[in-house]
Order: sequence, then C-alpha cells, then structure tokens
Amino acid sequence: MQFMLLFSRQGKLRLQKWYVPLSDKEKKKITRELVQTVLARKPKMCSFLEWRDLKVVYKRYASLYFCCAIEEQDNELITLEIIHRYVELLDKYFGSVCELDIIFNFEKAYFILDEFLLGGEAQETSKKTVLKAIEQADLLQEVRPHVVTLHYE
Amino acid sequence: MALKIVKGSIDRMFDKNLQDLVRGIRNHKEDEAKYISTCIDEIKQELKQDNIAVKANAVCKLTYLQMLGYDVSWAAFNIVEVMSSSKFTYKRIGYLAASQCFHESTDVIMLTTNQIRKDLSSPNQYDTGVALTGLSCFVTPDLARDLANDIMTLMSHTKPYIRKKAVLIMYKVFLKYPESLRPAFPRLKEKLEDPDPGVQSAAVNVICELARRNPKNYLSLAPLFFKLMTSSTNNWVLIKIIKLFGALTPLEPRLGKKLIEPLTNLIHSTSAMSLLYECVNTVIAGHDVNGSPFLPPFSLALFLFLRFQLCVQKLRILIEDSDQNLKYLGLLAMSKILKTHPKSVQSHKDLILQCLDDKDESIRLRALDLLYGMVSKKNLMEIVKKLMLHVDKAEGTTYRDELLTKIIDICSQSNYQYITNFEWYISILVELTRLEGTRHGHLIASQMLDVAIRVKAIRVFAVAQMATLLDNAHLMTGNVQRKGICEVLYAAAWICGEFSEHLENPMQTLEAMLRPKVATLPGHIQAVYVQNAAKLFATLLKNQEGNTDRTAAQETSQLMIDRLPLFVQSANLEVQERASCILQLVKYIQKLQQKDVEVAEEVIALFAGELNPVAPKAQKKVPVPEGLDLDAWINEPPSESESEDEQPKAIFAKEEPKHSRARHTEVDEKELAKRREARKQEQANNPFYIKASPSSQKVYQEAPGVEHIPVVQIDLSVPLKVPGLPMSDQYVKLEEERRQKERVEKKKKEKKKRKEKRGGRGKKHDSGPESEEDITPAHMVDIVTEEMPENALPSDDDDKDPNDPHKALDIDLDKPLADSEKLPVRSHRAAEALKSPAEDGDAESPASQEPKKKSSKEKREKKKDKDGDRKVSVKNGNPTRETALWMYIYGDKKSSKHKKKKQKREKEEKEKKKKKKHHHHHHHSDGGGEESVQNGTVEEEEPLPVSVCHQSFTEIDIQGNLQDGSQVVVSVIFENKCDNFLKTMEFNVLDSLNSKLQRPEGSGPHDGLSVPFQLPPGVSNEARFVFTMQSIVMPQKLKGTLTFIIKDSSTHEKLDFKLHFTCSSYLITTPCYSDAFAKLLESGDLKCSSVRLEGVNMPFHHLLARICFHHHFSVVERIDSCASMYSRSIQGHHVCLLVKTSGQTVSIDAKCDEPTLLGNVLDEIKQTFSQC
Repeated sequence: MQFMLLFSRQGKLRLQKWYVPLSDKEKKKITRELVQTVLARKPKMCSFLEWRDLKVVYKRYASLYFCCAIEEQDNELITLEIIHRYVELLDKYFGSVCELDIIFNFEKAYFILDEFLLGGEAQETSKKTVLKAIEQADLLQEVRPHVVTLHYE
Repeated sequence: MALKIVKGSIDRMFDKNLQDLVRGIRNHKEDEAKYISTCIDEIKQELKQDNIAVKANAVCKLTYLQMLGYDVSWAAFNIVEVMSSSKFTYKRIGYLAASQCFHESTDVIMLTTNQIRKDLSSPNQYDTGVALTGLSCFVTPDLARDLANDIMTLMSHTKPYIRKKAVLIMYKVFLKYPESLRPAFPRLKEKLEDPDPGVQSAAVNVICELARRNPKNYLSLAPLFFKLMTSSTNNWVLIKIIKLFGALTPLEPRLGKKLIEPLTNLIHSTSAMSLLYECVNTVIAGHDVNGSPFLPPFSLALFLFLRFQLCVQKLRILIEDSDQNLKYLGLLAMSKILKTHPKSVQSHKDLILQCLDDKDESIRLRALDLLYGMVSKKNLMEIVKKLMLHVDKAEGTTYRDELLTKIIDICSQSNYQYITNFEWYISILVELTRLEGTRHGHLIASQMLDVAIRVKAIRVFAVAQMATLLDNAHLMTGNVQRKGICEVLYAAAWICGEFSEHLENPMQTLEAMLRPKVATLPGHIQAVYVQNAAKLFATLLKNQEGNTDRTAAQETSQLMIDRLPLFVQSANLEVQERASCILQLVKYIQKLQQKDVEVAEEVIALFAGELNPVAPKAQKKVPVPEGLDLDAWINEPPSESESEDEQPKAIFAKEEPKHSRARHTEVDEKELAKRREARKQEQANNPFYIKASPSSQKVYQEAPGVEHIPVVQIDLSVPLKVPGLPMSDQYVKLEEERRQKERVEKKKKEKKKRKEKRGGRGKKHDSGPESEEDITPAHMVDIVTEEMPENALPSDDDDKDPNDPHKALDIDLDKPLADSEKLPVRSHRAAEALKSPAEDGDAESPASQEPKKKSSKEKREKKKDKDGDRKVSVKNGNPTRETALWMYIYGDKKSSKHKKKKQKREKEEKEKKKKKKHHHHHHHSDGGGEESVQNGTVEEEEPLPVSVCHQSFTEIDIQGNLQDGSQVVVSVIFENKCDNFLKTMEFNVLDSLNSKLQRPEGSGPHDGLSVPFQLPPGVSNEARFVFTMQSIVMPQKLKGTLTFIIKDSSTHEKLDFKLHFTCSSYLITTPCYSDAFAKLLESGDLKCSSVRLEGVNMPFHHLLARICFHHHFSVVERIDSCASMYSRSIQGHHVCLLVKTSGQTVSIDAKCDEPTLLGNVLDEIKQTFSQC
C-alpha cells in the first residue's frame, strides 16, 4: 500500500498515512486530486478506480471516506478488507466511532493504524491482538491532563 | 524540584491542548487562517519552555496542523527533543510527529540515529515498537545503513510483538540500503517458520514483496512456500503466497503444474472473495505462461485448460454478482485473459454486452475495453451495431466519445483485420459524423483517409460517400456544438480531390467545394479545399477536353476564377497562399484555352503519382549505412588540420543521395546548389509534397482559429440525417446474405472435393458454425502495407525503469556471504567479531551466519568424477592437505553409469522432496549442499569410493534449453568440503567441434570462465554454464578442468573432470495426447528401430517409470503389459516408443525422425537396464 487517506464528505482531510517518501508538495497535490476524484463519483459506483499508475480503493463509512492507493499487482478486495478491519478497530476502541472521535483523538487513530499496518503491510490480522497492544501501550502512558481538560471545558 | 513540576502543570492548564485547538478551529470557520497563525505563535512559545510535557503538547498540535497542510518543518528539532523523552507518553507523540512530518531531506534526521538505537534496545517493548513504527515512515539510506544490524537483531527478539515489526521494517531497510539484504536474508528466511503466526505472516509479506520484483532470486524458496500454502489457513497469508507463486511460475513453468492442484482446491473451497480473486488471477497468469512459450503438449494443455475454464466460470459468477465491486474486478480479470485467450472471453459476449447497460460508468468502460479484444470477423458487425445503439442512447459526451473511439479502435485494430466489408465501415464512419458535440472529428477523418488510401477497392465507394458529405457540409458547419466534427470535411475534401477520377459528378463536387460558406471553416480545412479543388479541376479539364465542345472546359475555368478570389482574401496564410497560386495558374490555363491549346495533360501532371503510406517508424528504422559513423565529427573542431577534406567525400560517395542523413557532410558550394536545384525539381514534380505538411496530425491538433468561425444558426431540432447516405445496417444484412451464399457454395465445393480426394483437412468443415477463416472479404481488399526502408532494423522497445528502487534489490541470495558484506556493527564490537566470531557475545551478528567448520587443517582437495571414470588427486607440496572435489551428476544424464545405490532411489520419482532428504542423509553431507531447487530433476549421486576425505563436491545438472534448440544449460553446484577458503575458481572445458562452451564476447576459445563467487569452507553455490551444440544425435564427452586458489596458501589447484552429455539429456519430457501420437506414427516420416532387453526383473510400471525418469519420456497410453511413450528432443525430433513386456523380456520398438539419435537413446536405455 502506498498511502491511506481519510477525508470527510466536505473534502476535509482527517488522517493521512504515507508509506512512500514524497515531498509535502507532492502529497498535497495527490491529496487534492484524489479527494476531488473520489468525491465526484456517484454512490452506486464500484470502489475501485485506476489513478495514475496506481489503483485506488475507497469506501465510505457514514460521513468519512477511507481511501487507499495500492500498486498494480495488489489485491483490491483484500485492501477493502483492510479498510473495513481498520474501521472495526476504531469502532471497538472508541465504541461506535464517529467522525468527531477521529478529529479529537486523531493521535489515537494513528496509534491504532500503526499497530495494524506497518510500512504499508498488514502486520497483525487479529483484532484482539491489535487492541491488546494498544491498551497495554495506553496503560504505560502517563495520565494525560484529562482532568485539567475537564476543568477547562 | 517538586515546585517546578507543580508549576509546570499549572502552566499547562492555561495552554491549549489538542482538543482545544480542534475546537477552536471549528469555531473559527470564517477566519481559520488567522486563528491558526495565532495558535502557531502560541506553539512557538510553548516549544521554548523547558517542560517536556508542554513541548509534547505543542508537537501534538503541530502534527494536527501539518495534516491541515501547514508547514511545520521549522519545528523538526523540537520533534526530535520530544522523541528523546524518557517518558513513553511523550516519546509516542514525538515519534508520531516525526513519522508524519519527516522526510528524506529533513536534516535533523541525522541527529536521531543514536536515540533510535537506544529506543530499539529499550527493555520496554512498547518503546521499541514505537521506534520501529516511526522508523518505517522516515527511514533514510543513512539510517538504514546505521541501524540495519540493530533491527536484524530484533528479528530474533523474544517478544513476537517486536519480531513482527522488525521483520516488516526490514523491507524498508532493504529498499534504502540494498547491501543489507544478503546478510539479513538467512534470518528472514528463518522467520518463515516462526512459531508466532503474526511473525510468520510478516516474513511472508516481506519475501513476497521482494520476490515480486526480482523473482529469480527466490526460486529456491518455492518448496518452503509450497508447504506454507498447503498448511496455512490464514487468508491474508495465502493471498501473499499465491501472489509470490504468481511471480515465480513464469521462471519455472514446472511450478505451475504443481500449483494447479492446491489452487483449484482453494478456488472450490474458499468463501473469501479476495482469496478466490487472487487464485483466479494467478491461474490466469500461470496459464498464460504455461501456454505460450513452451507449446505445451496437448494433454497437459487440456488439463490446464479445464482449470482455466473453471476460472473463467468463476469470473462469470463475479460479473453476474450484484455487487458492483465484484462485477468490476471480474471484468478486469477477464481483460487479462483476453490478451492470451480471446476465445474464452468471446463465449461470454452476452454478459459483457449486458454490462454496457450498467449504471456504473467505470463498469461500462471496463466492458468496452473487453469488447475490443472480443471481436472476430464473424461478430464485428454485430458488436459494432450494438455499440452504435449505445451511442445513440448514451447521455453525456464523455461516455459517448469513449464509445466512439472504442468503435474506431475495434474496427481498425491490427490493420483492419476483422473488417470484411469496407463499404460497411465507411458507412459506419459516415454515421458517426452525425454525432453531436463529439471532439473526435479528427479521429473519424484520419480513419476515412487511412481506409481510402490503403484499401484501393473501396475508393469508388468512399469517393461517392465523401462527395455526399461535401454536398451536405452545411449540416456540419452550422452548429457551434458540432465544430469538432467538421474535421471530417478535411478528409472528405482530400479524398474527393485525390481520387477525383472516381467521382460520378465532379462538377457538382467542385461547386460544393467552392461554396462561399466554405470560408467559415477552420483555415487548415479551407486550405485542403482549395488544393483539392485544383486537383478536381485538373480531372474535369481532362474529361471535358475529350469532348468536342470546348465551352464546358472554359466554364469550369471560369468557375474557378470566380470563386477563388474569396480564398485569396483569407486571413489564413496557408489558404491565401494556395488560393492565389492556383488562381494565377487557372488564369493562365484560361488564356491557353482561349487559344485552343490542349492543357489537360499538363495540368494533370501537376498531381500525378501514387501516394503510398509510410510506416510511422520507418524513419527511425533506416539502417545506418556502412561506413557512416554518427558519433564522428562532421567538422573537426577548428584546431584540427584540414587534411580531412577527403574523408567526407568518401562517405558521401558511398551514400545514396536519398539518405538525407548523409548530407551533414561538408560539400562544396556547387554540389549544394546542384542539390538544392534537384530538390526543388523533385518537390515540384511530387504532387504530395505540398500536402504532406499541412495534412500531418500537427495541424489537426493546433486547429487554429476554430473559435473565430462565424456561427450560422440553423435549426437542428430535426434529427440529422444526411440525405442519400446508406445506413450501415443495410450492410449488415447484405453481408449476412453474402456469407450465407458463400457458405452454401463452399459446402458444394467441399462435397465435390471430398469425392475426389480423401483425407484432407476438409473433413469436419461442412457442419458446425463457420470458422474465422471461412469468412472471405466481400471484395478484394488489399490493404497496402506501410512502407519500411530496406533493411529496417528490428525494433527494440521496452526497458525497465532504471529508477526503480527495487532494481537494487536484484541480488543473488544464494551466494555465500563475503566478509565485506557484513552489516556494519558499532566499531568496538566489529573488531572483536573479526577475531573470533564464534565467541562474540553478539550471537546474532552476521559473522555467525557463516557455516563454521571444525578446523582440520590436514585436508586438501581431490576431485572425483561421478562416473568414476576418473579420480584425480591433486597434491600440492603439502601432502597432508587434500581436498576432494566430488562431482555429482544430476538426474537424467548419467543414469546409465550409476552404481547400485542409485537404484533404490528410482522408485521415488514422484516424491522429489523425499529424494533430496534421502540424498543428504546418505552422504552425511555435513549439512552442506544447499537444497538445490532444480525442482524436479532429481539427483542421482554417484557414490564413488573416494580415497581421500571429501572436501568439496560438485553436482551437475544438464538441461536442454527449450527456447534455443542448440543450447544446453549445465548447472554445477560447487561445494567446498575442505576447511580452506577457495577463490578465483575458473571453469574450463575443451571445446569439441560439435559442442562449445559459451564464453563472453572477446575471450578466446580456450579461456576459462571464472566462477562468479568464492567458496568459504562448507559452503556450496551453483553456477550455470551454457553450451552450444551443433548436433544432438550423438552423445558427447567433454574434458574440462577447474582451477582455483586456496586462500591461505595461495597455491593454484586443478581438478580435471569429464562432462557427459548423453542423448537422453537432449530429450525433454513432453507429454503427448494419444490422438496426436497416432497421427505422428501414421505420418510415415519416422524411422524404425527396436531393441530387446533380457532378464529385466521388475514390475512393468517400475520399468516405465525408469524410462520416464532417466530418459525423459512420458507415457502416452498404457494397456496391460504394453505402453506407448513419447519424448521430444530440444531440436524438435519426435521419439516414440512402444514398450512390451512378456516374462523377463522387454521389447522396445521405437520410431524417430532421426535414426542416429534413436539408436543412441536406445543404447542408453539398454545400458540403464543392464545395470540393474
């Protein structure tokens, strides 16, 4: 997998993960182009499109589009599976996830993704193992100033 | 201190955290940029503080802003600070920020090396994990080089969590630092058998990715992956493995056969669509490979075909699925099949046409792509008719334009191969001109031109159609929307002018071309109008001068003179220039006419000559004439003396004046002037010269001034129908009738023929559907082929992208590690490692990977030929050290001479793997000899009692090269069984008249080939040598020597050996279908021979197995104690055997088209059995 993007129906980027080295400029250009292309597609259309020399696999969950770019010989269906698996992981972690969860806890969304995929390859196919690793790591994490935050609110 | 912490957390209360920032941004939708810039200012303040918590919070916010597109590269150093925090909370944030913001050119990355190394070796697995994850995103070549060894160590970490990550990240490291691949590979391979399934699947992932790019280096892993495939139940892993096999099979077609079984099972059993899809894709690709280059024997092909049909059926199920995704992928896979097996796809035409109606445009486009390859002579008209219907229905110009281009692509593919009736095609093109708003006018136009020029028989018809188009030109020029289509008029005008002799009513057409409205067309089209009006005029004059009445001709001139001035005023340079030229010419002609001079002949001479199409690549392919050096100076640099004068002349003299390339040479003024003159002449006489430039595609594209055409509004609500134009449908019907008639006639003829002749291919033709060849074109169509220069060079295209990062990973992994290849280890350790790798505390260091041998220094070498023909011991000054070099001859070739031990093995033919184990066991071969993956060719060893301690042995496998009938590849496995390092090995063979070792260009016929590797003690490696054989009908023995240097003593050693090429080794196991076999025997081209074997005491099936095994035959048919067998030589000789047994006597009757070969093969068979 070359990269994964999450964006909203309004075209706002919610998460990006690049597994190939690209300059910021290039990344922005690709993001803009892809977001436009994907949003322009009609809801009934299939989840795949050919884009430059890559294949793009996307799927919409509620207001969020999950979009992955894979190479020519990669398997589209397993990529859809990866997207779905990631959504399930988010769902389990946040408890019925919504776009706002990802916006406000975007670093968590990244941590989960990093436990699931590494360097563009699936590193753990078991949901349980992924979640366990995240929980363990969270335990290590100092209690962040959540309490303070509450006051602040 | 405590106070400071408290103070810090109070400070934090007043800082924004990430949530606040996000909320803030959402609340400031109007002035987001302003809000963010104040936030960035705050962040900058926070970063200046000492408190790491504050810094981490700031970095976290920056990561968010980076995603929104803000530049945060200025904070790179702060990110490194946060990464270095000892607290996991902050470290995690720091690494996340780094993985999102850093890239190769971030210079602070250099500073992180030590921090990352520290984290990698942290006792806390999550610290390590976070560092690995981060590294996977921003690893640079420097980081990869410095950390490769640390990561490699982690591959053997006690926690699977770390192992898994370390394995995956190695792939990134390989990409950045290819030198690490060889040292790390053995460990990576180990991980394929890791007890943790996650680690295992990570290793599969990495090797699959590596192998996909450079499959040949990974062939040796095939057995291991095969095992994994049959045992794994994890779909993710299975998909990767299947993909890997997909990459390997093209290199080793025999793998394909083995895979068929498990793949078929998976296809039948899996419920996971992704896995099914992968299997089907691989079978398709594998089928392709098995099918094309090797001309599969019929029964095998049939076998594969059945599997293949299964896949096609599965695809049909996918396409019929209501899920758009599956439909799309099904079509995509179909299009892969299409390239190799158009027939299989054609049977699903109905389904694919159905997909054209799908509501998803991407599916419709896929279906269109498929149609392209599905057409045949038989169904072209029908398919195009359907497409034309879709054109009418299509909404949206994009899709309609796509349809239009596809129709043209489909019809014009491979030189109009499928068009049987060009009248039909022209009418299709004419119908397409009625499309509203298409951008592809020029495409239609170029098709019209192409067909009219290249299909001579169609010109009369084409000219008539084009004349009608010109007559109705107002329909095309009227509407703004239709301006794209007026390009067609360009073609119409040119065709009418160029082939004006076919016009029925040239006068009418001339008038149509000179209508005032023409001036509203784009300039380049007007120019063609004017030029072709002149051609028409010439033809008219010729016709009219024949008549007695001269007035007609004069009227024609008058018409020209009246109408041309309009064009002379044109703002377009091209039009104006041509018009004024022609106007003056016509005026002059008129003068002559008035004097009753006959001018027609001269006028027509202006446009005489035939235009031939020239292939687009023709220019490139003009061979460089002998003696012309394109790199040489044309004019020597000024400092040189003038003595070069003669040189260019000499070159020029050899040149044909037409080769313009040679004109670079310096020629004196006179010559130049002369040539200029000649060229002018030539151009003046060449009617196509003027046309050549304006009609080229360039002009089309530029389409100057299209926007400036004044628009005349015409009410087009009435459907556009050009009156008098035939409908293409008519032709479909006509063609049907014609074919029907033809078929009837053919049947009659065949019946007659059959009476006259028996045999023949005609047998089955009369019934059943008509086949492709049966359809003859409606009229003699000669497609003029494009001209190429004489001696055109064959084209050389495709090359891999030299920038592909994976190219660097094309590394031979089976070669033993050289000292220089060890991964860099931190320096103080490295020193130790060199001294005594075994004792080095870092057991994982690559040094330990090298097989260690007990030192027994007394041994040296000796070599032994497998056949025992020869035993040579080479003694050097030190008699205590000897090395034995054993040559194991693999498989088939030497079978006849093997000793008894071999027999045991013969039964095991089917289970090659077993054999290998057996083999190793047998020899106690010190774990030496890496499992050779000659998939299949099984070894036979020769146990020669060797007097000396065995130190090195060699296995030899001789394989015919199917692609080149005169080449045989010999694989030799060298194993160093002594305790000394062997280097500078040279392999040499004394060539015979018949067989020659292929040596690199430039080396003499007696030079040895250096073996491309060195051998540390206990290591083996394989080298391949190619031999060229003139004749393969006789067995060969070649003498050779292997020389090498023993490192410590630096003495030269030499081993002699013999290579035996038996006739059986030139045979290739080629299954044969019994029908084909019978035909072969009947053909009578084969010579007979037979042999009797007495005292053969073994079951018949063992006997057959033996022949198959040692002599590369396959059983065609077996009935009781009688069997027919078949094989083929690399040069294509057929060898057929009929083997019968009764009691202990076996008789073999054999037929072959080459009696000598047959005799030798039979001798070898006899020998095989005489030894048992």
